[in-house]
Amino acid sequence: MHLAIIGNGVTGTTAARYVRKVKDWEITVISSETEHFFSRTALMYIYMGHMKYEHTKPYEDWFWGKNDINLVYDHVTDINIHKKELKLRDGSPIGYDKLVIATGSNTNKFGWPGQNLDGVQGLYSYPDLKLMEENTKDINRAAIVGGGLIGVEVAEMLHSRNIPVTFLVRETNYWDNALPKEEAQMVNREIRRHNYIDLHLETYLKEILADDNGRVRAVVTENGDKIPCQFVALTPGVHPNIELVEDSDIATNRGILVNHFFETNHEDIYAAGDCVEFTDAAEDAPPIEQLWYTGRKQGEALARILCGERKKYDRGIWFNSAKFFNIEWQTYGGVPPQLPEGIDTFYWEHDDGRHSMRINFDEQDRAISGINVMGIRLRHMVCEQWIKDGKSLEYMLQNLGDVMFDPEFSEKYEHAIIDYYNQLNPDKEQLKLKRERGLFDIFQFRNKETA
Amino acid sequence: MKDQDLNRTIDEITDSNPGHTTASAIKYIGLGLFFVGLLVFLGSLMMNDYKLTNQVLQKSIVGDEQQSQSSAQGGSGGGASRAGKSKKMIQLSAIEAEVQPMLGKTYTSQFAFISDLRTALATADETLTNENKMYSYQQGQYLMYITKAAGTGFLSDNLWLLFWLSIGLGCFGALMYFLPKLWLTLPGIQNDHIYHNPATKGKTIGIIMGSLLIGFYVVLYWYPEYIANWIAMVDPISYAIKGEEASQWFLYGLLYTLAIVVMGVRMFIKYRHSTYHMIRTGSVMFFQTAFAFLIPEILVALNKPYFDFKNIWPLHYDFFYDYSLNNLAGSGSLGLFMLVWGIALIIIGVPVFTYFYGKRWYCSWVCGCGGLAETMGDPHRQLSDKSLNAWKIERWMVHSVLVLVVIMTAGVLYTYWTGSSNVLGVSTYTVRSWYGFAIGSVFAGVIGVGFYPFMGNRVWCRFGCPLAAYLGLVQRFKSRFRITTNGGQCISCGNCSTYCEMGIDVRWYAQRGQNIVRSSCVGCGVCASVCPRGVLKLENGPEEGRFNEPKAFTITDDGIEMNKEMAA
Ligand SMILES: Cc1cc2nc3c(=O)[nH]c(=O)nc-3n(C[C@H](O)[C@H](O)[C@H](O)COP(=O)(O)OP(=O)(O)OC[C@H]3O[C@@H](n4cnc5c(N)ncnc54)[C@H](O)[C@@H]3O)c2cc1C
Ligand code: SF4
Ligand code: SF4
Repeated sequence: MHLAIIGNGVTGTTAARYVRKVKDWEITVISSETEHFFSRTALMYIYMGHMKYEHTKPYEDWFWGKNDINLVYDHVTDINIHKKELKLRDGSPIGYDKLVIATGSNTNKFGWPGQNLDGVQGLYSYPDLKLMEENTKDINRAAIVGGGLIGVEVAEMLHSRNIPVTFLVRETNYWDNALPKEEAQMVNREIRRHNYIDLHLETYLKEILADDNGRVRAVVTENGDKIPCQFVALTPGVHPNIELVEDSDIATNRGILVNHFFETNHEDIYAAGDCVEFTDAAEDAPPIEQLWYTGRKQGEALARILCGERKKYDRGIWFNSAKFFNIEWQTYGGVPPQLPEGIDTFYWEHDDGRHSMRINFDEQDRAISGINVMGIRLRHMVCEQWIKDGKSLEYMLQNLGDVMFDPEFSEKYEHAIIDYYNQLNPDKEQLKLKRERGLFDIFQFRNKETA
Repeated sequence: MKDQDLNRTIDEITDSNPGHTTASAIKYIGLGLFFVGLLVFLGSLMMNDYKLTNQVLQKSIVGDEQQSQSSAQGGSGGGASRAGKSKKMIQLSAIEAEVQPMLGKTYTSQFAFISDLRTALATADETLTNENKMYSYQQGQYLMYITKAAGTGFLSDNLWLLFWLSIGLGCFGALMYFLPKLWLTLPGIQNDHIYHNPATKGKTIGIIMGSLLIGFYVVLYWYPEYIANWIAMVDPISYAIKGEEASQWFLYGLLYTLAIVVMGVRMFIKYRHSTYHMIRTGSVMFFQTAFAFLIPEILVALNKPYFDFKNIWPLHYDFFYDYSLNNLAGSGSLGLFMLVWGIALIIIGVPVFTYFYGKRWYCSWVCGCGGLAETMGDPHRQLSDKSLNAWKIERWMVHSVLVLVVIMTAGVLYTYWTGSSNVLGVSTYTVRSWYGFAIGSVFAGVIGVGFYPFMGNRVWCRFGCPLAAYLGLVQRFKSRFRITTNGGQCISCGNCSTYCEMGIDVRWYAQRGQNIVRSSCVGCGVCASVCPRGVLKLENGPEEGRFNEPKAFTITDDGIEMNKEMAA
C-alpha cells in the first residue's frame, strides 16, 4: 500500500504521522514550498528576528527518516486519476494507492488595478516572507490592505522595523466581521497605540499606482486619497488552493469538495485542510475551515479514516486564538459578531480598556454558548466542558477561579467581573466567588481540577 | 475618543513624539559610557608601577595575622594560628632571601615583576623543609597579595576615582542604556531582532564577549596576580564592609553581584508586563546581594565563619570538607546552627520545597548561578541546543556529576572520620582537588558563564550542576509542579522552545496537548510569556493528572482510540 500526500503543511504532516503510528504502508509526502514541515503561523516571528526559519520546524530533520516517511521536495503538476499517478515538475512520476490532497490556501486578490506590481504581495508562504524581506529593504512607507488576522501580523512585522504603515481596512472596526463591536474597538485602540501605524477604517482601496520601473509608488483609496508607499501587503484573507485539481475530474467549488470523511468524488482520493470545502457542513458551521487547529484536527481524523475506522469528522466545540500586538484573544464556543436570536451577552471590560471578558448565554436557560476574552487566558478544557454541560452564566462567574489561566501573580479580574455582574443585576441574587485565587493560591492546595 | 481623533497621520505621530529621539540618544550615550568604563577597567591593569620592599613582603605574608591573632587568642583557633604564624615567619625569611635583587627596584611592567617574583617564590620553596613548604596554592596566594601590595603609582593614588571611572561608569552606562526602553517600547514581549543582532545570535560580538568572560575566569581562578590592580581597586570597599583587604574572591563577589543587580534592572524593564518575572528577578537580586555577598562578608568581619546560607550541597561541594566542618564545629552555637541548617536544606528543604513548587524555588528564585543566568544571561537564553541529542548528553552528564560528587563527598567524610585518606588505593584528597578543579572551577565558572554567548545561559545548570540533578529528580518523580498545556491552542510556532534556556523542546509537548514535566525545567516562566497563544501555565497542583495523556488519539493493540476530549 502506498499513501501519497500532496502538501507538507500541518494537515498533510499530521495525517502522515498518525497513519505511520498504525500502518506500515509506504508513505510519501510531496511538497514544493519547503523541504521540511514548518510552522506557517510563525512567519511573522522570523521577520521580526524572534526566530530563524530552523526554529519554526516542529520536528528535527532526522524525524522523517526515522519514522520512515519519504519526503519529496517537488511540485505536483498533474494527477492521473486512472493510472493513479502523480506528475512532478522535476522528478519522475510517483504512483499511489491512496492519495491525500492537502494543498492549503492562496492569498485573495480582488482584481484591484496594480495588484501585480513589484512590491505588492500577500503573505502566506515562506517564499512570500523572503520576498517581503526583499521588498521592505530601505523603504520609508508601506501600506496594508485588508484587516484580518494576517493583516495585523504584517502591521506588527513592519512596526518592528520602524516602517510607517498606512493600514486600509474596509470594516467599521477592526475585523468586526468576526469580532463583536467592543472587542473590535479594543483592537483599533491597540493598533493605534503603536507609533507609525495609521489605521484607516471604512476605507476601500481603489488602485495601486506604479512608478516608471513598474514598482508600486502609491495606493489610492476610493475617496481619492493618494498615499505614497513603496510596499503594499494585500491581506484580505485566503482561499483554498485548488490550482492542481481545478481542471481535473475532482469536483471543486470554492475548495475541493469533500464530505465529512474527507472523501472526494473519486475513490481513494481524499482531501483535507485549508483546501477543502465540506459539502455537508452543518448550518452554523462554515464549509471551509482555514486554521492551524482545524488543519491538525482534520489531519488526525483523516488518518483514522485512512486506517480503516470510518468515523465522521467533527471539529467539536469551536475554539480559536490570536494576538493583536500585545493583546491576546481566545474564543470558545460561538461568539458571532452579531448576537443571534435568543442569545444574550454579558460583557465586562477593564478600566484600562485592554482586558475584557464576554460570555454569551441562552436567554431562557442561561446556558453559556460562547466565551470571548481579550488580554485574559482561559483554560480550554474547562471552557469546553462548561459549554458542553450547558453550565449557566452565573455558574461560570462564580467559578471563574477554575477557568482562569493567566500566569501566577498576575492581576486577578474575578472580583471586578463578578462585582460588575452584581451591579448590572441589583435585583438578582448577588453572586459570590466560589474559589478565591489569593496570594496563598500560589500554593494551590485547594485546586482540585487543573487540566 | 472619536475615530477621527484617533486617526492621526504618520507625520503627526512621529512629530508628536519628541521623547523618542531624546530617549534614543540617552540609550546610545549610555552604551558609549559603558564601553568607556570597560576600557578604563581593562586599562587600569596597566596603571601602576611595582616596587617590592620589606614592608610589602611583611604585610602580604604575615601582616593581617597580628590582628587576627590578638582577637582569636581566647578561642580554640589560637594555637593553630600561632603555629601558622611561625610557619609564615619561616616562609617569609626564605622568600626575603630570594627576592633581594628585586628589592627597591621599580618595575613598570607587571609581567616582568610577576615573572621575577614567581621565580623567587619557587626557589624559596625549594629551600623550605617539608612541613613549611608553600606548595603551589600558597605560592599563588603570595604572588597575588605581594603584587597587589607592591603596586604604586597612579592607580594606587586614585583607587576610588578609578573604581568609579571603570566599574562605576560601566554600571551607570549600562543602566542608561536600559532605562530609555521604558519610553521607547510598550510593555510586552521584546524579542524583536534578537536573531538580527550579532551580540545575541551567537556570532562575532558574541564570540568576543564569550572570550572576554572565559579569559576573566581563567585569570581569576589561576592567575589572579595579573588582576592585582583590580583587586586593589576594590580594597576601599572591602575595608568598608569587613575591615580587611580584598581578595580576588571579594572582587569576584562584587562584580557578580553588580552584574545581577544591573542586569536585573534590565529584566525589570524588559518584563515589566509580567509580575512573575518581576518578582523572581527581585528575588535573585535580593538573595545574591544579601545572602551570597553581604552576609558572608559581615560574618567574617564579626570573626564568624564565612557562610552562604542559601548555598546547598552538592552545589556547595566543599560543605563537608574537613576544614569547613572543623571551622563550623569550632565556631560555637552559630557554627553548629550553620551545620544543622546546611544539612536540613539538603534532606528536608530540597525535597519539601521541590515537592510543592518544583525546582524553580531554588534555580530561578534563590540560586546565585541561576541568578546570574537569569539576569546577565537572559540575552543569550535562545542559544541553548534543543535537539534530542543534546537532551541525551545532558542527562548523562548531569547525573554523572551527581554520582561523582556523592562519591567524592563520601570519600572526604570517610577520611574525616577514619583519618585514612586512602580508599581502594585512591587518595580522597586527589579526588577532591580534581573535582574542585574540573567541576568547581572549569565547568561551573569558565564554561558555565564563559559559554553564555555560545550555548545559552544555563550551560552549567543544565549539563553540570549536581544540585540541579538532585532537584530535578524530585521534580520529575515527586512534585506538584508542571507546566500545563492549554488543550489544543498550540500553533507550533516554536517561540517556547526557542526561548527555553534549558533547551527543552516545549513545543513537542504543547502541540500534542501534553503537560510539560521535565526534570531540567527551572521554571523561569519565559516559555509561558513568549507563547503568543496563551498555551502554557506554570503551576503547582495535585499530582493526579500531572502527566496527562496527549490529547490526540492513542494507539493501542486493538486499534486506534480517540481520547475522550477529542472524541467530541
Ligand atoms: C501568516 C499566517 C499566520 C497564521 N496564523 C494562524 C494562527 O495563528 N492560528 C491558526 O489557527 N491559523 C493560522 N494561520 C492559518 C494556518 O497556517 C493554515 O490554516 C494552515 O497552515 C493550513 O494548513 P494546510 O496543511 O491545510 O495547508 P498548508 O500549510 O498551506 O500546506 C500546503 C502545502 O502544500 C504545498 N502545495 C500546494 N500545492 C502543491 C503542489 N501542487 N505540489 C506540491 N506541493 C504543493 C504548499 O506549498 C504548502 O506547503 C496562519 C496563516 C498564515 C499565512
Ligand atoms: S520549560 Fe519554560 S519554565 Fe521551564 S526552563 Fe524552559 S522556558 Fe523556563
Ligand atoms: S509558543 Fe505557544 S503556540 Fe508557540 S509552539 Fe510554544 S506552546 Fe505552541
